[in-house]
Amino acid sequence: MTDNITPDEVLDTIGLNCPLPILKAKKALKGMDNGKILELASSDPGAVKDFEAFCRATGNILLKSWVDDGVYMFLIERVV
Amino acid sequence: MADMDIGNAKKMTIICTKGTLDWAYPPFILATTAAAMDVEVTMFFTFYGLGLLDKKLNLSVTTLGNSSMRMPMMGMQMAMPNMMGMIPGVTAGTSVMMKNLIKKKGVASIEDLREAAVLSDVRLIGCQMTIDLFEKKTEDMIEGVELGGAATWLESALQSDINLYM
Repeated sequence: MTDNITPDEVLDTIGLNCPLPILKAKKALKGMDNGKILELASSDPGAVKDFEAFCRATGNILLKSWVDDGVYMFLIERVV
Repeated sequence: MADMDIGNAKKMTIICTKGTLDWAYPPFILATTAAAMDVEVTMFFTFYGLGLLDKKLNLSVTTLGNSSMRMPMMGMQMAMPNMMGMIPGVTAGTSVMMKNLIKKKGVASIEDLREAAVLSDVRLIGCQMTIDLFEKKTEDMIEGVELGGAATWLESALQSDINLYM
């Protein structure tokens, strides 16, 4: 599903509700270098729209989002 | 926030006036999310909201005067009888119910959200007048709280893109 993209960091936020997936993603991205890729898993359906907005507002790039067996998956490229 | 002290960041202020378990959520959720989105956030705690800065929180929610309060129960939406809140112990009971629900649904506790706010450099201002009025002790409040008044909030609000009153 992720084509040829290999994530540099993987973050599992399954079971956590708004705004925790965003807060945890921010924390993880902060420690990553420019161009590195974060893969994030969430069980929160609201995370789909929220990560789109989060990436638009912060300049990080949402490379891809998809649903994998009821889990919402995101690939985010860190832009410093 | 530490990587964005560049002066042209978006800014937001929130006036927090309520100290109940339910009303503690909107300001802390928005403040922490805004900080995660590189917004400089100032929270001004006044009247009952000031209690949200106490080291030890024991927040409660009451059915009294809260006529829209519904809780999920056995697949149904149960209305919480308004006047029940007058009976001793009922508020404690609904507060425990709400806290269990929060935990079960993976919603952050107010303590956790507040810690996240502190860690992301959200500016926390306690209202000096409220401290005097209710004889609150600053020793009972968490570290890093600034004290100020209406003018302190206004200075910040005048430079902000979003100002909310909750």
